[in-house]
Amino acid sequence: MASLQFNELAYTNLNEFIYGHAKKPVVCSNGMVIGGGTVYPEVNLTLPTMLINEETMPKVLSQYEEMIHGICSKAHELLSPGIIIEIELLPPCTFNPEWGVDVTKVVKGVMNEYYTKFGLKSLLRMTVVDIREGKTLTHMYKGEHWDNVIKTFRGCAEAGADFLAIESIGGKHLHDEAVMNCDLPRALFSLGVVGCRDMAALWDEIVKISAETNCIPSGDTACGFANTSMVMAHKNFIPKVFAAIDRVMCAVRTLVAVERGAIGPDKDCGYEGVYLKAITGTPISMEGRTAACAHSSSVGNIAACLADCWSNESVENVRLLGGMAPTVYIEQLIYDCRIMNVASARGSALEMRDILSESDRMYDPQAYVLDPGVVLRISQEIVKGKTHFERTKIAASATIKELRSAFQDGLVQLDAKELKYLDIFEKQLKTIPNDEAEFTQFMIKNSTLDKFDPAKYDFNFDAVAK
Amino acid sequence: MFDFTGLSNAVIEGDNDQVQAKVKEAISANVDPLAIINQGLIGGMNVVGQRFKVNDMFVPEVLMSARSMNAGIELVKPLLAGGEMTNRGTVIIGTVKGDLHDIGKSLVGMMLECSGFKVIDLGVDISPEEFIAAIKENDGKILALSALLTTTMLSMKSTIEECVEQGMRNDIKVIIGGAPISQEFSDQIGADGYAGDAAAAVELVAKLLQ
Repeated sequence: MASLQFNELAYTNLNEFIYGHAKKPVVCSNGMVIGGGTVYPEVNLTLPTMLINEETMPKVLSQYEEMIHGICSKAHELLSPGIIIEIELLPPCTFNPEWGVDVTKVVKGVMNEYYTKFGLKSLLRMTVVDIREGKTLTHMYKGEHWDNVIKTFRGCAEAGADFLAIESIGGKHLHDEAVMNCDLPRALFSLGVVGCRDMAALWDEIVKISAETNCIPSGDTACGFANTSMVMAHKNFIPKVFAAIDRVMCAVRTLVAVERGAIGPDKDCGYEGVYLKAITGTPISMEGRTAACAHSSSVGNIAACLADCWSNESVENVRLLGGMAPTVYIEQLIYDCRIMNVASARGSALEMRDILSESDRMYDPQAYVLDPGVVLRISQEIVKGKTHFERTKIAASATIKELRSAFQDGLVQLDAKELKYLDIFEKQLKTIPNDEAEFTQFMIKNSTLDKFDPAKYDFNFDAVAK
Repeated sequence: MFDFTGLSNAVIEGDNDQVQAKVKEAISANVDPLAIINQGLIGGMNVVGQRFKVNDMFVPEVLMSARSMNAGIELVKPLLAGGEMTNRGTVIIGTVKGDLHDIGKSLVGMMLECSGFKVIDLGVDISPEEFIAAIKENDGKILALSALLTTTMLSMKSTIEECVEQGMRNDIKVIIGGAPISQEFSDQIGADGYAGDAAAAVELVAKLLQ
């Protein structure tokens, strides 16, 4: 499949780079336009403590039905202009594609009911879990695991999903090792060489299925990559600067989905989506303070600066004082979106964006790299690279430079240990040759098969060498 | 009396060359090999564990210390008399059936290894039967189960039930962990303990094996 090239930024004017507006809005069949001026709430939900198997599937489906009823009812009550519901399928519902399809049918059925009865506009994002791992995996692009992923995508699309998405994991085991050791070259190999190739193969299929089923190929996320770093940094297991650099490097990998035909909105937990928006103009979903139900972060407000959809990441169906958690969360999301949309209507969107940024960016390098101005500057450097490898390397070096400069100017707080690691990462980067083939050869030689088996990826070293 | 301070500090620094030099020095001075390991190498690693627990060291630094400790142990091993063990106990660890989350479990495994336990990491999506087979095969003393999904937590219960079924529940201690897990859940399913993070898991395992 042809690959789109993005050699220039979609945005050159910082004042246009703002939440709710994307250069390439996604126009949906029900009239909702993502990135067309309105920020929409995107609620994500999951099951409470329960097993998923053939016996429990009826209960599983009733749980989903109950959650969607609660969400739609609240959205109708609060007169939301539209909502997006994301279902991240759980592993058994991808290992058994028909279960994933059943979930889609139930969820979409309730959404349709609220549209018919009350005119509530809604869109369904089905995120298929990437099950391509584990001891029984024989190959990334053929065999049972691959077949089930593809069957689930097709089945969900045919059952009424509006958007298809995935949190793909090609190269993840290499990356896990890189995070544990704070090994930037290994992270670069995982993301810029292995991950980007895997994304191309996977997204070609997703885009093909989407075209055949009149569904929208939305986007991917570095959840298994930069979010792992984020959580590790949050626990003080690794330096925050590693997580910040890793986030920006991940942008190149996530961008591959759009290069292969995805059109957005990009997935919520991919905080690197801001770079995707800068480079491609694709609308993005983001999550921040309202995702504290799923995980803590240092980007609660700043994550909203460029959001076209505003998400809660995931919440389980448990009772809170205010009601069932997914219903409570759609309410919070709706109010957050209202304030952003009203600010836009009053001509105060830029001020709102800058307040959101300034309230976070000083306190953590991971927040700083999400500042819209910083995003544009680093993105400008990234697109100078001619290959994914080059771009990922540039992403790392440009982020290090930006963080160092920000610290010197008093724009971001970094303690002595963080600064020491900036030096370490700069030195690590200098060891990476400019020649991708030479680098690849070195990395493969220094990787174990349990972390990366080239044969499972059809990894053609000769192709890299050329 | 040999001064182990230099050796322990070299482990804390993760300085392989210095660790090897200090171990060779101790061997030349006819220091008891077990003392080199316990007082010098593991002594240093204990400090690393404490510093990690209070956020004074990052994981990659702990790993460097562990590697340097192991480099030292390799030099001492040939001098150990038969039967002298450096393994504090074997831990079978894995993410339960239906769950593909890996890194939290790997981190716990790594910290246990750093603390002198032998760790058999089975990976992710592990069935009760696979856990049981690994316990039997490796004479496991601790079974460490990880889950990150609300829909896989109950696989921990099934695994414990399988241990009972196989008549081995009294021979093994079961610990559990993961984002949705709590002490309350641990009590409910009859586990022997819950740990909220890797450092706590090491303390729990040490306590359970006392």
